[in-house]
Amino acid sequence: MKLYNRGMIIAGILVFLILATFPFWYGGGKAVPPPDLKLDTPAIQRLKEKRCVESTPYMRANHMKLLAAWRDAAVREGNRSYTAADGQVIPVSLTGTCLGCHSNKDKFCDRCHDYSGAKPACWNCHIIPEEVR
Amino acid sequence: MIGKPLGISVLAILILTLSALGIAFTPLSFLLTALLPYAAFAVFIGGFVYRVVNWAKAPVPFRITTTCGQQTSLPWIKNNSLESPADVWGVIGRMALEVFLFRSLFRNTDVAIVGKRPVYGSAKWLWFFGLLFHWSLLIIVLRHLRFFIEPITPWINGLSAVDGFFEIGVPTLYLSDGALLLGLTFLFLRRLVVPQLRYISLVTDYFALLLLLGIVTTGLLMRHFFPADLIQIKNMALGWITFVPAMPKEVGPVFYIHLCFVFTLLAWFPFSKLMHMGGIFLSPTRNLANDNRMRRHLNPWNAPVKVHTYEEYEDEFREKMKLAGLPLEKE
Repeated sequence: MKLYNRGMIIAGILVFLILATFPFWYGGGKAVPPPDLKLDTPAIQRLKEKRCVESTPYMRANHMKLLAAWRDAAVREGNRSYTAADGQVIPVSLTGTCLGCHSNKDKFCDRCHDYSGAKPACWNCHIIPEEVR
Repeated sequence: MIGKPLGISVLAILILTLSALGIAFTPLSFLLTALLPYAAFAVFIGGFVYRVVNWAKAPVPFRITTTCGQQTSLPWIKNNSLESPADVWGVIGRMALEVFLFRSLFRNTDVAIVGKRPVYGSAKWLWFFGLLFHWSLLIIVLRHLRFFIEPITPWINGLSAVDGFFEIGVPTLYLSDGALLLGLTFLFLRRLVVPQLRYISLVTDYFALLLLLGIVTTGLLMRHFFPADLIQIKNMALGWITFVPAMPKEVGPVFYIHLCFVFTLLAWFPFSKLMHMGGIFLSPTRNLANDNRMRRHLNPWNAPVKVHTYEEYEDEFREKMKLAGLPLEKE
């Protein structure tokens, strides 16, 4: 069977194939290692029990909800203390509490956020201590 | 019997949901995360090309012109090169208007009987919600590239930033998600509410809309209510494109339903009405220039006809014609 308008049809199919397989050729088929989080800041190394305000699985899944709740508590209600699940009372402060231990934003926060394309709005208001001159 | 197509579609969606849930927590989940991605994508690509090639095999002997404007004729008659193009550039312009702005839907009219007389008015609802739906879908598909590319290119991040411009909620609500849901809901309700449309709606019409609604709903659920682990998901997606599938751990049942719907959409796409994605470019009324009066178009399947011209006829009967006193062109 004859293909009519052969040139246009083949060109169209090629454009479709190139666009549809974009992820395959764009990355060049290279394997990308998952993000590598650094937990070796001086503050963390000094800790006796290496534990965030809540357990690691909880923090991994819910840190964004926790931080949003902290923001609302601190900014809107003036409540600056958080009681963790184990009864510990922790000051609500991104710069003091979170970044106090995780002082390596570019090797901790950014690694996963850049990898997954998450763009948290933290730094619209907050400063990054290292970057202050 | 009008409810039957809708019933079958809902049933099909339920079966898909349940089968996704059924294998999500069994060792069979690798089917969804490692096997079906390739199968569905291969069927999508192969089926798409097959359909286009199949269409291209059908000859289009004559220009089918649905003119909505003055065709190109004499130099002093003003022509409309977008509505009735005579050359390739006009056709490209008309096609662009159709593909990007849905020009023909914009022409929709509504008719009502007012005092025993039909009164025509404009009806832009289908055009508006159709446009809303299609553009949102495109933006969402492009945003999903963030799972398939590392490092994420700036234009994908930029698109997400613009889409989440208003920063409503944590995580940010993407406007395209809402627009897609709105557009699909309108297109679905339109089929249910307008009696004429309900009468002509088939299983495939409802199924396409419900499947897309299912994808949007599960997507929104995962973003705003049952967060999925993006790192796991990106590891898996990158595994697909490098042919080293990684099994995701603890991504939740909603993600499996989302995947199952998407793969169903991909595999079903080439064989459904959704193929208008490729078909729009092969619409004879859109892609044929109205140049009937400038070029002679020959029917490609015309059989060779044995002709006997008048000159040959005269050569054959010249003597007899001369004797009969008939006028001759050549003596």
